[in-house]
Amino acid sequence: MAGTVTETQAGRPAESAAPAIELRGISKAFGPVQANKDISIRVMPGTIHGIIGENGAGKSTLMSILYGFYKADAGEIFINGEKTEIPDSQAAISAGIGMVFQHFKLVQNFSVLENVILGAEDGALLKPSKAKAREALKRLAAEYELQVDPDALIEEIGVGMQQRVEILKALYRQADILILDEPTGVLTPAEADHLFRILEGLKAQGKTIILITHKLREIMDVTDTVSVMRRGEMTATVQTSETDAEHLAELMVGRKVLLRVDKKPAAPGDTVLEIENLKVVDEDGVERLRGIDLHVRAGEILGIAGVAGNGQSEVLEVLGGITAAKGTVRINGQEIDLSGKSSDGQSRRARSIAHVPEDRQSLGLIMDFHAWENMIFGYHHDPAYQKNALLMDNAGIRAETQAKMERFDVRPPNPDLTARSFSGGNQQKIVCAREIERNPDLLLVGQPTRGVDIGAIEFIHNQIVGLRDQGKAVLLVSVELEEIMSLADRIAVMFDGRVMGERLPSETDERELGLLMAGITDTEAEHSVDEVAANLAKTQGKVG
Amino acid sequence: MDLATIIPILDATLRSATPLLFVCLAGLFSERSGIIDIGLEGKLLIAAFFSASVAAMSGSVWIGLLAGIGASLVLSLLHGVASITFRGNQLISGVALNFLASGLTVVIGENWFGLGGRTPQLSGAARFQPIHLPGVEAMADVPVIGPIYSNLISGHTILVYAAIVTVALTWWVLFRTRFGLHLRAVGENPESVDTAGISVIRLRYSAMVIAGVLCGIGGAYLATGLAAGFVKEMSAGRGFIALAALIFAKWRPWYALAACLLFGFLDAVGTRFQKLEVLGVNVPTQFMQALPYILTVVILAGFVGKAIPPRAGGTPYVKER
Repeated sequence: MAGTVTETQAGRPAESAAPAIELRGISKAFGPVQANKDISIRVMPGTIHGIIGENGAGKSTLMSILYGFYKADAGEIFINGEKTEIPDSQAAISAGIGMVFQHFKLVQNFSVLENVILGAEDGALLKPSKAKAREALKRLAAEYELQVDPDALIEEIGVGMQQRVEILKALYRQADILILDEPTGVLTPAEADHLFRILEGLKAQGKTIILITHKLREIMDVTDTVSVMRRGEMTATVQTSETDAEHLAELMVGRKVLLRVDKKPAAPGDTVLEIENLKVVDEDGVERLRGIDLHVRAGEILGIAGVAGNGQSEVLEVLGGITAAKGTVRINGQEIDLSGKSSDGQSRRARSIAHVPEDRQSLGLIMDFHAWENMIFGYHHDPAYQKNALLMDNAGIRAETQAKMERFDVRPPNPDLTARSFSGGNQQKIVCAREIERNPDLLLVGQPTRGVDIGAIEFIHNQIVGLRDQGKAVLLVSVELEEIMSLADRIAVMFDGRVMGERLPSETDERELGLLMAGITDTEAEHSVDEVAANLAKTQGKVG
Repeated sequence: MDLATIIPILDATLRSATPLLFVCLAGLFSERSGIIDIGLEGKLLIAAFFSASVAAMSGSVWIGLLAGIGASLVLSLLHGVASITFRGNQLISGVALNFLASGLTVVIGENWFGLGGRTPQLSGAARFQPIHLPGVEAMADVPVIGPIYSNLISGHTILVYAAIVTVALTWWVLFRTRFGLHLRAVGENPESVDTAGISVIRLRYSAMVIAGVLCGIGGAYLATGLAAGFVKEMSAGRGFIALAALIFAKWRPWYALAACLLFGFLDAVGTRFQKLEVLGVNVPTQFMQALPYILTVVILAGFVGKAIPPRAGGTPYVKER
């Protein structure tokens, strides 16, 4: 096939046992979209097998077929060498397959125990099942570092803990093959490390693990074998030890990708944004920001790192004019109104603040409106968009949108499509085009590359750096530590509504930032991972 | 107020709470499974009509009861087809069922009996008769306990006792059985049920069946126990009151009993004290009779604390990955 790189099949001992999973010629189409094209893969027992690919490459579809969510149009599934039909999830479970979804499938107001036994009860009455599961959880906790309180409610425990419940669910169902879909998206580095230790432990016990991710570092760190998917096809399967991140990225995207943002050193100028003692109390009376101080200079990117829900979103919302706050915020030396009365997005834009919100689908776009309409939201009062006192200059707006879409490489560059019909990455490019093209003094960016594929990530990063190089100030909030590390000129870490510290990217590492993100400032002290996780679960319970 | 005043009121409370309770528990099963059931009113009404009609024609209240359950089941399954299979809007389907029941009962009633939408007066075996518990005679003269036992506890139709038993049964099913666990889970997060290999659709249909049966019993009690025949629009908003009671009860069976008794009590008080003087002011009869409805509004307006409904309520399940 043109453009695909087919590596030699992974060098595995051919005479060893049958593969834990073998897929042969799996194809699946949704209408005209071919999600999986003739996919074959062999996963050997007792290994961690990574599957990597961009969003929409077909990884999740493939795993959904394996877990009985979809029926393949063609192809065969072999489990431990035996041909197996998987018409539904029940069949997958009885074939020994367990799945940990990206979005946990837990019942929020159930206890851990109830979630574990759901669908795996031993009889019509719950009592014996619960007693049995309680024993099993104790055993599994000791065996795999999977400690959870069986009586805790899901809504009261942190995400890391919830993920453990998902793993326990699978193990309780005697799963030998564990599929994890983007498992680290919601975890801190410390929690992710703990997860990987658990996975190593499971592997040592002979379990087979399939790890789906778009994070190259994880693939390099924990997998034995890695398969790369692109546009519904399996383009390569290689031994992890025989490849490197750059090569994998190239296989994923189909062209060379710069993983590190190529940027010149910052040349900071005058202070554009000054924040003093900023406080936000939400409607439940919980203090979300407990008095923070930050500043951003012209020609500089300040990155705010932190686990989601520790106040970063509130900083963006206050500056963007969505949330009222107490304290002082100055833009170019002039104080702005934080009362929430006249401090709407409109007044912020008048002060040359542009905002790429964290949640583009609810705050950045109106999904059922056309691209050309979305391209002017917030700036629709601009006289340039008016034809006369009554009518807007729709033709002019369309033409301008078309031009912006081409400059920002939005695909397809058609102003008449609704926002919904673009992929996540292209939706984000529309928002970025709208905000960055206004050439603001201060750009607020939240999670610029969440759900965006690697090719588009590169593009969006370059646009942000480009604005910085024009001498503008950028405030970046991201839960992706890698993104913060590579984009920011200065890093502030937030935890529980406070700024825990500021670091220069050149003088820190992910470990130190990870500890700060978990609320631990004393980097000298050696903290156990469990302590960090416990600390984190506490605040997440409080914040969430 | 003495015992002789209180006991009849409490006695009436039990009787008017019974249909509410059946309907409320029906709603509980339905909403716990994630199906909002605004059509309770319609199911209650159609069950009342068919139970009374069939009881009148057959002379047997038990056959009437079966007919009531059958009619209510048909509406319940219609709601299921609309909101589970075709993933329609559950509110609209429910409202449609209410209209359907309201129209059908009158049209069919007029056609069958020609009494302007009524059924003939029921008597004898065509009605549920009060049951006298053992030892009533012997106990009657014991002070306090005697009147309570013989006038309040004894002397109801079998459905009143069945309603109380149903509360206990509902609690047991919901919190002690596998089916209950699945049912609670499917109303909170159907995906969790689906990925566990359990059919969301089958679970929700079972909930609809249970809701249909319970509404059917409630309707039968209304027309053949509480009253002696069907009268046009006789459900009189009880389906909605039960819905309010369900919210008040935060979707819990024992709380539902308490809530329904409260509504029943207000109804009983309103009927008993048609004329009431408070601080020298005559409270109009209409106000007393409107009490349960006023409470409904107050509860639904959210004055009674925060009630968190089952999270998946109202959203059809679409398998999505």
